[in-house]
Amino acid sequence: MMMQYDIVIVGGGPAGLAAAVAAKESGCDSILILERDNELGGILNQCIHNGFGLHTFKEELTGPEYADRFIQQVKELQIEYKLNTMVMDISPERVVTAMNRDDGMFLITAKEVILAMGCRERPRGALNIPGYRPAGIFSAGTAQRLVNIEGWMPGKEVVILGSGDIGLIMARRMTLEGATVKLVAELMPYSGGLKRNIVQCLDDFDIPLKLSHTVVDIEGKEHITAVTIAQVDENCRPIKGTEERYTCDCLLLSCGLIPENELSTSAGVELSRVTGGPVVNESLETNIKGVFACGNVLHVHDLVDYVSEEAKKAGETAAKYVRGEITDNRGKTIAIRAESGVRYTVPTTLNPDAMDDLLTVRFRVGDVYKDAYVSVYFDGERVQHKKKRIIAPGEMEQVILQKKQIMQYPELSAITLKVEEV
Amino acid sequence: MEKRELICIGCPMGCRMTVEMDGGEVKSVSGYTCPRGKTYAEKEVTNPTRIVTSTVRVTGGGKERVSCKTASDIPKNKIAAVMAEINAVTVTAPIKIGDVLIENVGATGVDIVATANAG
Repeated sequence: MMMQYDIVIVGGGPAGLAAAVAAKESGCDSILILERDNELGGILNQCIHNGFGLHTFKEELTGPEYADRFIQQVKELQIEYKLNTMVMDISPERVVTAMNRDDGMFLITAKEVILAMGCRERPRGALNIPGYRPAGIFSAGTAQRLVNIEGWMPGKEVVILGSGDIGLIMARRMTLEGATVKLVAELMPYSGGLKRNIVQCLDDFDIPLKLSHTVVDIEGKEHITAVTIAQVDENCRPIKGTEERYTCDCLLLSCGLIPENELSTSAGVELSRVTGGPVVNESLETNIKGVFACGNVLHVHDLVDYVSEEAKKAGETAAKYVRGEITDNRGKTIAIRAESGVRYTVPTTLNPDAMDDLLTVRFRVGDVYKDAYVSVYFDGERVQHKKKRIIAPGEMEQVILQKKQIMQYPELSAITLKVEEV
Repeated sequence: MEKRELICIGCPMGCRMTVEMDGGEVKSVSGYTCPRGKTYAEKEVTNPTRIVTSTVRVTGGGKERVSCKTASDIPKNKIAAVMAEINAVTVTAPIKIGDVLIENVGATGVDIVATANAG
């Protein structure tokens, strides 16, 4: 069976939904969303807490409500989607191989492919925690799914390693459902989570947050019975004599998210070593022509609003390609570089002829900076210099580039983003 | 004079604020760097409120749970009572976003509403 669509979107979470809506509204009628779960909405379905959509809808929604706003649009616009469908392969020629129980294995030829597969959690195996390998150890997001979707509790006495937002949210959630969360241990000297979550998920319930601490031992042969926590030095090495033992029947890991790019790699898409996501240009197009990326598969976001905004851009550009308004935008390319404190930028190149009037460049920093400047250089000349009270690794930042301004520099070869301290 | 220490939740700065209180009345707030901090501190020490989100057991919709929330914020000290009521309820599909699942939860005057569809 061989199907044909103008745009195939891999993933029906917030990125895939927003990309589909934007592509349809830009005039493309032949769109297919492929989703492996049994409903659209992606990870938002299990994020039942509120705080989503402040930028997009000017109100605080829960995850399922935010997803539903886009799902309704997809349905009203009669955009096609297939659920319970796993994409097995994407070829560089944009032939998508997928399978499900109804259709078996099938091929789709796509004019454009939008990658919107999201990310996954760093598992225990990638964390090198010593000790036994008993049952009762979950990633925080797995626990979130078990509690909020499947309706059962992974444990009653809980220790959480990692203070990312999912870990903090789950500390509150497990407490509300009657569990005792003994502590949250964080390897770094600062939390990667939002202040609001530290106050409302930990402080509200008197859950201690131990910074510069990690798990150095796990006990229990069948099921986890205890963990040992130790303080770490400035090189993140455990300090002898600081060990404390906590009995528990559950250890949750909230230790970072990794873009899920196995399919991208099979399509020949080049990945960034910093973000783990595709290297893209101003149109969010990868090095493979007609393959776009948006959302957490491109780089891990903290706010879904920015995912929707980014995905909209990918959908609009893909639709322009379908209409033949752009055939190849690989003309003049200006590099966008991350230096001194800026860890990465998305995108990493731009073609001034292909860019819109304004281009949002998103980035993250590698450390916490107070009263520092975010600067943009056009080759050697500083063209933006903005003071920020605080810049932190956990908060995605952005600068806006103007086409009008870039056009005044015909010889421009590189745009550089830097953090400059006073 | 009673002193309360707070961390502002308004932005990543996380300003450490001190509120001086006298008989339930705010006398002074210090440590904030913008007006949002002062407003937050005053509310937090006199009338702290939260939106509670959870799930309710649902039958007949092919799902185990349907997510829900308090339709507006409730007093912080009512959270446990609200959770107890949420966990005692089973609803029947179909459920639509916004449907009232529990009226006047924990005598707060606030309803529990569905935040997802089921069935």
